Amino acid sequence: MSSQTASQNKEHFEINLGPQHPATHGVLRVKLLMDGEYVVDAEPVLGYIHRMHELMGENRTWAKYLPNMGRLDYLSALSYNLGYVELVEKMAAIEVPERAEYIRVITTEMNRISSHLLWFGAFVLDLGGFTPLLYAFDDREHILDLLESVTGSRLTYCYFRFGGCSNDVEDEFLTGCLTFIKRLRSRMPMYHNLVTKNVILMQRLEGVGPVSAEMCRKYGATGPVLRGSGINYDVRKNEPYSVYPEFDFDVPVYNECDSMARYMVRMDEMDQCMRIIEQAIAKIPEGPVMAAKVPKMIKPAAGDYYHAVEAARGTFAIRAVSEGKNQAYRMKLRSPTFSNLSLFQEASKGMLLADALAFMGSIDLVIPEIDR
Amino acid sequence: MNKANVIQELKALASEGMPDETEVAPVVEPASPEGDQEAKPKKAAPPEPRKNGLLEVDYAVKGVHVDVQINSENVVRAAEILDRAAMTLEAVTGVDWIKDKELEVVYDYSYTGGECLRIVVRARIPRDEPNIPTVSEVFGGANWHERETFDFFGINFEGHPQLEYLLLPEDCDFHPLLKDFKGC
Amino acid sequence: MDLGINVVEMLIYLVGIIAFAAGNAAYLVWVERKGAAHIQRRTGPKEVGPYGLLQPLADGAKLMSKQLIIPDGVDKPLFMVAPLIAMVPAIMIFVTIPFSDSIIARDINLGLLMIFAFASVNVLALLLGGWASRNKYAVISAARAVSQNVAYEIPMLIIAITIVMVSGSMNLKEIVDFQAGGFWNWNFLPTNGNFLGPITFVLFFICFMAETNRAPFDLGEAESELIAGFHTEYGSMGFGLFFMGEYANIVIGAALTVILFLGGWYCPFGLTDGIWWFLIKMYLLIWTVVLIRWTYPRVTLWSLLNLSWKILIPFSLFNLLASAGLIKILG
Repeated sequence: MSSQTASQNKEHFEINLGPQHPATHGVLRVKLLMDGEYVVDAEPVLGYIHRMHELMGENRTWAKYLPNMGRLDYLSALSYNLGYVELVEKMAAIEVPERAEYIRVITTEMNRISSHLLWFGAFVLDLGGFTPLLYAFDDREHILDLLESVTGSRLTYCYFRFGGCSNDVEDEFLTGCLTFIKRLRSRMPMYHNLVTKNVILMQRLEGVGPVSAEMCRKYGATGPVLRGSGINYDVRKNEPYSVYPEFDFDVPVYNECDSMARYMVRMDEMDQCMRIIEQAIAKIPEGPVMAAKVPKMIKPAAGDYYHAVEAARGTFAIRAVSEGKNQAYRMKLRSPTFSNLSLFQEASKGMLLADALAFMGSIDLVIPEIDR
Repeated sequence: MNKANVIQELKALASEGMPDETEVAPVVEPASPEGDQEAKPKKAAPPEPRKNGLLEVDYAVKGVHVDVQINSENVVRAAEILDRAAMTLEAVTGVDWIKDKELEVVYDYSYTGGECLRIVVRARIPRDEPNIPTVSEVFGGANWHERETFDFFGINFEGHPQLEYLLLPEDCDFHPLLKDFKGC
Repeated sequence: MDLGINVVEMLIYLVGIIAFAAGNAAYLVWVERKGAAHIQRRTGPKEVGPYGLLQPLADGAKLMSKQLIIPDGVDKPLFMVAPLIAMVPAIMIFVTIPFSDSIIARDINLGLLMIFAFASVNVLALLLGGWASRNKYAVISAARAVSQNVAYEIPMLIIAITIVMVSGSMNLKEIVDFQAGGFWNWNFLPTNGNFLGPITFVLFFICFMAETNRAPFDLGEAESELIAGFHTEYGSMGFGLFFMGEYANIVIGAALTVILFLGGWYCPFGLTDGIWWFLIKMYLLIWTVVLIRWTYPRVTLWSLLNLSWKILIPFSLFNLLASAGLIKILG
């Protein structure tokens, strides 16, 4: 154990935070070595809901593996859907109709907003404020209703297909999205007044949990954690996929490296998601939503392929090795929070317990995605 | 970051100790948009272990820019080269090439500071002696990725500070992603 | 004969106080839940009785019918006695509180002192409960609760002493009588000799919230950090007593604030004085506490202690000196 030398000190004591603990939002366990209120060492222990998704990828056909993507990060499942179908389309050289690409962008960005809303609520809950959670859920409910009307499910979506989407969206969905954006726009000032500008919250977040850009690089942290450390990196901008290059949006970057910066990145990202959705709805072309010719049994050419997308929590990438069969030879899922959480042990040293938990909340953990 | 320099250094690393393998023709991946490709999938290339060397591959097809295969003892030096180039280690993983009796360890590097660059570094190790040096000294993030690879493939990362089961239960005695794993 | 009347009177007060304390504790939970639901745009309890009004009784019945689990390895006597220590002093305090001119169980000359004496026992319950539970979260919580209570008792007492100086008595009834005649005579305004009145009122209110472990100062039971804090290991009525003790303390804190600063049972305009005014003011304060709880996130222990030791205590000391000086000069 890495903590053995430290635990020689008799003043220290160990606490098991989790696997059942309100602050870990799931079944993460953190072995804390404490010196009074201070964290001496915090070692995350993973694997409580490990399901071996990568082995499943080798055992089933490319198409049958699609529903697994909704079970990784259940809060932004569509980003994972998107990453997987784009990878397979790249491998099998399937052209996607433009309307389908637009629908993918709209639904994925809606899903990203819903993920950030839930994070917002849960994060403030970590800090002891209960009410914003229910306000965020109230808004998120609208997104779930809208997405349910299109995809048929509320959480573990499996909507995209190789070559398009399973069904077309109706005009009600698009107008519903616009109505929702109008509503959320009117509520964002309230969130900022109620929560962001709250003195206690600012005190809890500012300067707490510093993660330098260098540390992010060493640990492979991506997403809002990286952007909160002053690095302007977003897969949607840096290696554009789908139709993202056609939209005008900014990547929020904050240089403070603290929990507040990560908080603000996500809050601003919701605004940018709304901008993307509005542009996409304005531009969405008519046409089919499925490619004309998609082979029934996909057998990509042998070789290995890599594809990365920007999920709500960072870079989600898949490395697939194909042997030309209808199953993958190897399916590696690179989940963003796995890397983001791996810096927790180093970064949380010497923090107060309360600050460490606020810091953990600011990383935005989704345990099924870490454990896969 | 100077892309050309990095590629030059990696090329030198890849060709080290194997003078006859330096000249590898760049891969020409058929990226045909037509649907006729999948009707008869290419089975022309017989399975043959890949040789060491550096390939500049088509990003639009493969999703990476540079693909390097090196000797297993050189992975730390490769990591240092890429660390100097301010690149990030995105993931470490393995592939079990059971027909060649080899395991492949794959390191995915990317650059987050600006222009997109993805470099994949691979090293092959014998299946019955799966030892490879750890890069967790260079990239702290490799610590967990290597533990995960140890879980799934039983690859022994020499010098790893804490090579224990990460995702699998600590008392399990199997490595599920090996191709001869039959379930438990 | 005299003794007999006294015994009857004592019994009436005893039953009345316990009923008042328990009823308040039970129904404040309902108020809190309904209030939280209102703030959060939910319905809150609604199934048991009209508007969920019987919910507290159902909760009480549930708590009482549950098995009292004593975990392995706890210090059994302390573990059992801690919930009692939480509840009994709270009930004792009600003895001295003057609800109106005539409704007061015992008109004690040093009533204020007695309240603070009993109130400081409360922290012992948290400490014992946490310590005896043999749970690390509970121990951390107990340590937090003690440091918090110690830190906030000091400014609270100093502010109370200021009021005592201004009104010239430690008898709660006399303190209230001193504020008779209309709201301009109340202690929270500077007009009545308490020259820094509004600020002392706010400070006292903050101290009262911190003393009763209410959010945003609920560090002892910080759910997202310490699960349930000192009562993590308690179930059934052990937990129920802690819970009732907490709400009884809120009632006491609000009542004390009303007595010291808001003119007790006196009408704001000097008209129909009586117990209703006392209750109205008290419940308004409690409602404020509920609103604050469901609005703010939690502070950290360090900023909490900093607030007390670096701001509240120096200021309350300054306030004490300034008030004493001004009383000497002007009065």
